[in-house]
Amino acid sequence: MALTVSTLARTRSAAGRRLVAAIPIAWLLALFLVPFLIVLKISFSEVRLAVPPYAPLLHWQHGIPWPVLHLSNYAFLFTDSLYASSYLYSLKVAAVSTACCLAIGYPMAYAIARSGAAWRSALLMAVVLPFWTSLLLRVYAWMGLLKNNGVINNVLLALGLIHQPLTLLQTDFAVYIGIVYSYLPFMILPLYANLEKHDVTLLEAAADLGATPFRAFLRVTLPQSLPGIASGALLVFIPAVGEYVVPSLLGRTDQLMIGRVLSDEFFENRDWPLASAVAILMLLLLVVPITLLQRVERRSLEAPP
Amino acid sequence: MRSHGRFSRTMLGLGLVFLYVPILSMIVFSFNNSRLVTVWDAAHSPTLKWYGELAANQQILGGAWLSIRIALVSATAASVLGTLAGIALARFGPFRGRTLLTGMTTAPIVMPEVITGLSLLLLFVALEHTIGWPRGVGAVTITLAHITFCMAFVTVVVQSRLVGFDVSLEEAAMDLGARPHTVFRRVTLPLILPAIVSGWLLAFTLSWDDLVVTQFVAGPGSSTLPMVIFSKVRLGVSPDVNALATILVLIVASGIVTSTLVLRSRQRRRERDAQLAAAAESL
Amino acid sequence: MSARATADSAPREPYVRIEHVTKRFGDTAAVEDVSLEVYRGEIFCLLGGSGSGKTTLLRMLAGFETPTSGHIYIDGNDIGAIPPYERPVNMMFQSYALFPHMSVTKNVAFGLEQERLSRQEIAARVADMLELVKMTPYGHRKPHQLSGGQRQRVALARALVKRPKLLLLDEPLAALDRKLREHTQFELVNIQQRLGVTFIVVTHDQQEAMTLASRMGVMNQGRIAQIGTPAEIYESPATRFVADFIGSVNLFEGQVLDAGSAAVRIRCAELGAVLRVARCPDVASGATVWTAIRPEKIQLERAATAPPSTGVAEDSANRARGTVKEIAYLGNSSVYLVQLESGKSVRVTLPNALRSAEQRIGRDESVELSWHDTSPVVLTQ
Repeated sequence: MALTVSTLARTRSAAGRRLVAAIPIAWLLALFLVPFLIVLKISFSEVRLAVPPYAPLLHWQHGIPWPVLHLSNYAFLFTDSLYASSYLYSLKVAAVSTACCLAIGYPMAYAIARSGAAWRSALLMAVVLPFWTSLLLRVYAWMGLLKNNGVINNVLLALGLIHQPLTLLQTDFAVYIGIVYSYLPFMILPLYANLEKHDVTLLEAAADLGATPFRAFLRVTLPQSLPGIASGALLVFIPAVGEYVVPSLLGRTDQLMIGRVLSDEFFENRDWPLASAVAILMLLLLVVPITLLQRVERRSLEAPP
Repeated sequence: MRSHGRFSRTMLGLGLVFLYVPILSMIVFSFNNSRLVTVWDAAHSPTLKWYGELAANQQILGGAWLSIRIALVSATAASVLGTLAGIALARFGPFRGRTLLTGMTTAPIVMPEVITGLSLLLLFVALEHTIGWPRGVGAVTITLAHITFCMAFVTVVVQSRLVGFDVSLEEAAMDLGARPHTVFRRVTLPLILPAIVSGWLLAFTLSWDDLVVTQFVAGPGSSTLPMVIFSKVRLGVSPDVNALATILVLIVASGIVTSTLVLRSRQRRRERDAQLAAAAESL
Repeated sequence: MSARATADSAPREPYVRIEHVTKRFGDTAAVEDVSLEVYRGEIFCLLGGSGSGKTTLLRMLAGFETPTSGHIYIDGNDIGAIPPYERPVNMMFQSYALFPHMSVTKNVAFGLEQERLSRQEIAARVADMLELVKMTPYGHRKPHQLSGGQRQRVALARALVKRPKLLLLDEPLAALDRKLREHTQFELVNIQQRLGVTFIVVTHDQQEAMTLASRMGVMNQGRIAQIGTPAEIYESPATRFVADFIGSVNLFEGQVLDAGSAAVRIRCAELGAVLRVARCPDVASGATVWTAIRPEKIQLERAATAPPSTGVAEDSANRARGTVKEIAYLGNSSVYLVQLESGKSVRVTLPNALRSAEQRIGRDESVELSWHDTSPVVLTQ
C-alpha cells in the first residue's frame, strides 16, 4: 500500500485524501468517543429528581468552574454485593458460552472448510441465513421450545422419558443456549476464514511422516487456526458479557447479568449516574479483551492476501 | 483422515439442526390455532388466523414501517461513511488519526449494546441541554445511533475488499493518464461495489433488528418493530409473533437463496468462458 | 533483427538519461547509484535476478516510485516530480492489469479517453491498434473470456494506443508458455520496429533479453554490473558476476606471468598449464586475475589423437589434459564435464557432429582440451 501512497501523495488531491479520512473520524468522534466521555463524567455525578436526573458537575466557586467528583456511585458498586455478583456472573456466563460456542463451531467450520467447493457456498449460506433473521425472534423461538409446555418438554413427556416437565426456561442453561445460538455465526465465520486458507498438503505430509489424523490435527491444523479461534472467541465473549435480550427472555430472575442491571438502574430506578458507573466498570473489564481483538484483527486485515 | 472428517461432519449436521429447529418450530406453530402456541390444537389447526390478526395490528404495522424507514436511511448513510473509512484505512498508509479510526471502527462491533445505547442517549440529552438540539428523542436520534454502529461493520467489509484488491489495476489506470479521482470513479468503485452492497445489506439488517440501543434513544412516540415485539414477548409467547417471524424468515430466506443462486451461476459462466478462451488459443 | 545494428551506429542524444539514481526503502537500497542511457528507437533490456532492483528502476521511470537521490531525464526533461498520469511514458504490467469490468475495446480506449479526444478518433485508433495486435474479433469480450496470450496482446495494445515515446515492459513474456513466448518475442520486435517506440524491458530470463535487446544492462543487488549489446555482454563480460550470470562459463584463477603488448601470459595452477591471452585489459605482472572461457570455445580431442606437445613453451599454452566424467546429451549438442588432474571440472559444449555414439567421445576417456588465444577473457574483478 505504501506504493500507492507515494504516487497519490504527490498530487494535488492530498487535501481530498484528508477529507476522506476526516469525515468518518469526525462522525465517530462526535457520536462514539465523546459519548463515552459523557458517561464517564456523569458517573461522577449524583442522582437528582430533575431533568436530566443528575446534578451538574461544575460548581462555580469564586468565578472559577470547579469539577465536583462524587465517588459515591463507584463506592456503592464496590460495596453492594449485588453488583459484584452480577459482574462475576456475567463473566462466567460469557466464558462458558464462548467455550460451548467454540466446541460446537470449530468442528462445523472445519467440516465446511474441508467440503467440496459445490457444498461450501451452500453450507455457508445455511450457517449465515439465521444471522440475517431477527435475533430477537430467534431467541423468542427458544422460549417456545424451552417453556414448561414447550416443544422439548412435550416431546420428552410424549416419549415417556420424563413424567414432569423440566424447568428449562429461566435457568443458566437457557442463557447458555440462547447466547451460543445467537453468536454461533460470529464464531464460525472467522474460524472458517482461517481454516479455508490452510494448505491441505501439510496434513498429507504429516500423514506421510507417520502421524495419525488426530496428531496431525493437534500439531498442524490447531496451531495454525489459533488466530481464527482468538477472533471468534473474542467476537463472542465481549458482547456476551453485556448481553441484555437473551437473559431478559430466557434467563434467571434471581441472578441478573450486568447488562440487565445497567438497564434496570437506568429505566426503572432512573439513576443515571449509577448506570453510568456500571457502564464504565464494564468497559474497564472489557478493555483488555477489546484491545486483544483489535490486535488480532489488525494482523489479519493488514496481512497480504 | 476419514474418522476425523466424520466427527466434524456429524457436528456440522447436528449444528445445522440446532440452528434450524427453533426457526422451524416457530413457523410450524404459527399455524397452530391454540393461543398457547406450543400446545397443538389438532381440531382447529392449521389456521391462518394469526396472520389475519397480524395484518390488522396497527402497532406492529406501524413499528415495521418506522423500522424500515430508519433502516433505509441508516444503511445508506452508514455505507457512505463506512466506505470512506474503509478507503482511508486500506489505501492511505499511515496518517494522523489512523489508530484512532481503526479503534473507532472495530470497537462498535463488539461493544455491548447497553453501553453504546446509554452513551448515545446521554450525548443527546447533553446536546439538548446545551444547544437545544435534538429536541427530544425520536426517529432522528434512533437513526443517528444506528448509523454510528452500522458504519463500523461496513468499514470492515469495504476495507477487507480493498486490501485484497489488485493495486496494479489502479497503477495501470494512472499510467494511462487518469487522475486519482478518475481512477477511483472508473476502476476502484465499480470493482468494490459488490462489497459496498453487502455492507449496505448488513447495515440494513442490523438497524432493522436492533433493540437495545434503540430502546435507549427512542422516545415515547417512536416504537420500532423490535421494541413492539419485545414488549409483547416479555410477557410470554404470542402466536401473532410466530406469524410475523414466519413472514420475516421467508423474506430473508428467499433473498439469500436468490442472491446465492445468481452469484453462483455468474461464477460458473465466468469459469466456462475462461476455459473456452484457453482452449481456443491452443488450437 | 538487422534494424538493431543501425540503432547504435551514429552518435545520438540519449532519449532517457538516468543519472546516479538511488532508491532506498528504509535502510535497504533497492537501487544504488545507477546511471545509464537509452537511445531513441532501441529495445533496452534490464536483466537481473529477483532483488536486483530492475523492477524498482522501471517503476521509477513509470512514476510509481520517486528516487531517493539522483535524476531521471526523458527527452531532456527532469521527470522526478511528475506524477505517472502526466508522463509521456506507458507501462505494460507483468500481470497485464486489464480492467476486469471493461471489454477489450473499453480497456484499450481508456487511455485515449483521458486525453479528451473525439469519440470518432478514439474508435479509429482503437480499431487500428486491435488490428495491429490481431485482436479485432475480440473487441467485445471481457478479460476473463480471454486466454493468457490474448490478454497480453490487449495489454500491449492498451499501452501503445496512446503513442508513447517510451514503453516500459515488466516481464512481458513471463506468464506465457514456451511456444507462445518464442512467437511473441518476434512479434514484439516487429511491432516495435513498425512503430519506432523506444522499449525498456525488464526480465529475469536471459534468453528473452538476448533475443529482444539491442542493448542490455545486467543488474545485481541494485547496481549495474555491465551495459552493452548482447554480444558484448556475452563475449566480453566485465566481471565474474556477469560472466557467470549469462550462459555458462569456466573460470580459472591465476597469476600474471608477463604482460606483453600483444598477449598476456598467466600461470594457472588449476589448469596445470599456462594461459596465453591476446587483447587483454591492463594488468600488472604478478597480479591475480580470473580467466573466463565459454564452453563452446573449447576444443576437445581424444588424448591419443592429439599431436604430442612439442615442448616449445608457446605451443604448450592454452592446452590441458583431463578425463571425461559426465556427458549431458541435448540432442543437437552435448555438454561434457571434464575433470583435470588438479581436480577442477571444465565444461565443454560440442555439437554432435557425428551421429553414432561410438564415434563420439565417451565417458572416462582421456582427452586434451585446447582453445584459441582470443577465446579467453581476463577479468580483474
